[in-house]
Amino acid sequence: MTLAAVADRAGEPGTEKVSRVRAAVQSSTGKGKAMKVVTAEQAAAAETPATRSGVRIGAWGRALLRVVVPPVAGLALLIGLWHLATLNGGGIPSPGKTWDAAVVIFSDPFYREGPNDQGIGWNVLASLQRVAIGFGFAALVGIPAGFMLGRFAVLSQMMNPIISLLRPVSPLAWLPIGLLVFQRADPAATWTIFICSIWPMIMNTAQGVTRIPQDYLNVARVLKLSEWKVFTKILFPAVLPYMLTGIRLSIGTAWLVIVAAEMLTGGVGIGFWVWDEWNNLKVEHIIIAIFVIGTVGLILEQALMLVARRFSYENR
Amino acid sequence: MSKKIVQIEDVGQTFSTKNGPFTALRGINLDIHEGESVSLIGHSGCGKSTLLNLISGLTTPTSGVMLCDGREIAGPGPERAVVFQNHSLLPWLTCFDNVYLAVDRVFGAKEGKAKLKKRTEDALALVGLSHAETKFPHEISGGMKQRVGIARALSMEPRILLMDEPFGALDALTRAMLQDELVKILAATKATMVMVTHDVDEAVLLSDRVVMLTNGPAATIGEILEVKLERPRDRLALAEQPEFARYRAAVLDFLYKKQLKHAA
Ligand SMILES: Nc1ncnc2c1ncn2[C@@H]1O[C@H](COP(=O)(O)OP(=O)(O)OP(=O)(O)O)[C@@H](O)[C@H]1O
Ligand SMILES: [Mg+2]
Repeated sequence: MTLAAVADRAGEPGTEKVSRVRAAVQSSTGKGKAMKVVTAEQAAAAETPATRSGVRIGAWGRALLRVVVPPVAGLALLIGLWHLATLNGGGIPSPGKTWDAAVVIFSDPFYREGPNDQGIGWNVLASLQRVAIGFGFAALVGIPAGFMLGRFAVLSQMMNPIISLLRPVSPLAWLPIGLLVFQRADPAATWTIFICSIWPMIMNTAQGVTRIPQDYLNVARVLKLSEWKVFTKILFPAVLPYMLTGIRLSIGTAWLVIVAAEMLTGGVGIGFWVWDEWNNLKVEHIIIAIFVIGTVGLILEQALMLVARRFSYENR
Repeated sequence: MSKKIVQIEDVGQTFSTKNGPFTALRGINLDIHEGESVSLIGHSGCGKSTLLNLISGLTTPTSGVMLCDGREIAGPGPERAVVFQNHSLLPWLTCFDNVYLAVDRVFGAKEGKAKLKKRTEDALALVGLSHAETKFPHEISGGMKQRVGIARALSMEPRILLMDEPFGALDALTRAMLQDELVKILAATKATMVMVTHDVDEAVLLSDRVVMLTNGPAATIGEILEVKLERPRDRLALAEQPEFARYRAAVLDFLYKKQLKHAA
């Protein structure tokens, strides 16, 4: 089937499931905007308590305004445009309708009525769990592998062509292999997370190892430190910032991929939830899901940034 | 005469670079005696650090032989402590931990934690940095970093102390103070010192011999000046002594008359 045909048929409900999934996966790149908006919302939320507790409102308040006003204005603009676009009806629900639906959903995020009808909270947690497991295994394999590749040039010469070949492949292409090997959907989804998380971790760790300044290694040589001391006192701390960059990139991609993977595999999970709501034609729920996915992605990113800042020695 | 601790015989160093081989040093012959203080002086880029790296064992010469205690220098070791030109502190360790790493390596097998801690504290106190123990390298000034580097090298009680412009980033007062401390330590421990410097006064004041390198590329030893000034040397008294002035003039003459036209 041609791409255009996929796009055409994606609009009508009741088309063959697979083609719609593909279209949905293709359009998942458009998520960036939603994430940015959430950034602004978060920033605003984070700043308000400070305003209240501020003793000297004058200069402080003005600085805060400068921080708060532009993001809030951006958010308002988006909602305004959204509202205008939905004035004449059409498939997209209005901001008000979406808000009402959100209030209902978030009043009971952890209900459970059968395996395919659970609260959004459970769905998000299920997705996070898959990401955590897939990502954890990737770290377990990828970080030591990165150290080896960085340390031994022969190994990296051996592996580089393979990695360059496999890295650009969409992790979803690995899903059928996962299904074949594991025979179940759930580990198969985790497997795609593993695949997409492992590359940034290998590459960044290896790069960190090759970039250790010679000066630090000279200190180790003059002191004739034991291998263990060299690793704990020099290699590991020097590579840590690179490793954390790899981890951050991995988590970001993993969160992008899990949504798409779950659309294909089903079960419980935020990706499947989006798919399910599409089948039920509850478009306002899909919009809510987009915001939720964006928020969770943002929180993951920020949390790892915080960790990275804690361990980066220059700005500690 | 005391025995030779370092012997450098017809040593040359050629680097392979993108633009073909580059000969930094050639035909270096120098014997350093136990307990001796030697300065290496020469214009920037002539190969002083390169020579010091050869003695430390961090690099191996492309020609000639380097001996330490009569044996070929196979690699670096803690008995030849190095104060690096760029201080080379580990940025993720505090000043204390940077020094402690070295102390632990040298004395850790024989001494308890408390003793090691004491050694580290003493070394930092010696360079006047007790107050900066818990600071990280990026939190202290360039001169302070250099002093931590010196403390780290001294704390190892090395037989040979190799220093690459150790006082370069210090103000005159701190520099004078540390020079005096260094002389005392060398006298007390009978350690051998090889120091790279740009400072003519420093070279004459601290050394038994000043080794002057010609300009690169393919630098070699141009002259060696024996400084026969009585020890202990008092910097204030020396400043008025004609002998001191003569030594100074000899080095300056080499640097700014004999080597100047090449340096330009
Ligand atoms: N690893 C290297 N590869 C290629 N060339 C090098 C290398 N190390 C040093 N050189 C060259 O050797 C020469 C001597 O360098 P060196 O660092 O020993 O100079 P220096 O006398 O210590 O200078 P300065 O006083 O500025 O520290 C320089 O021309 C430098 O470019
Ligand atoms: Mg140098």
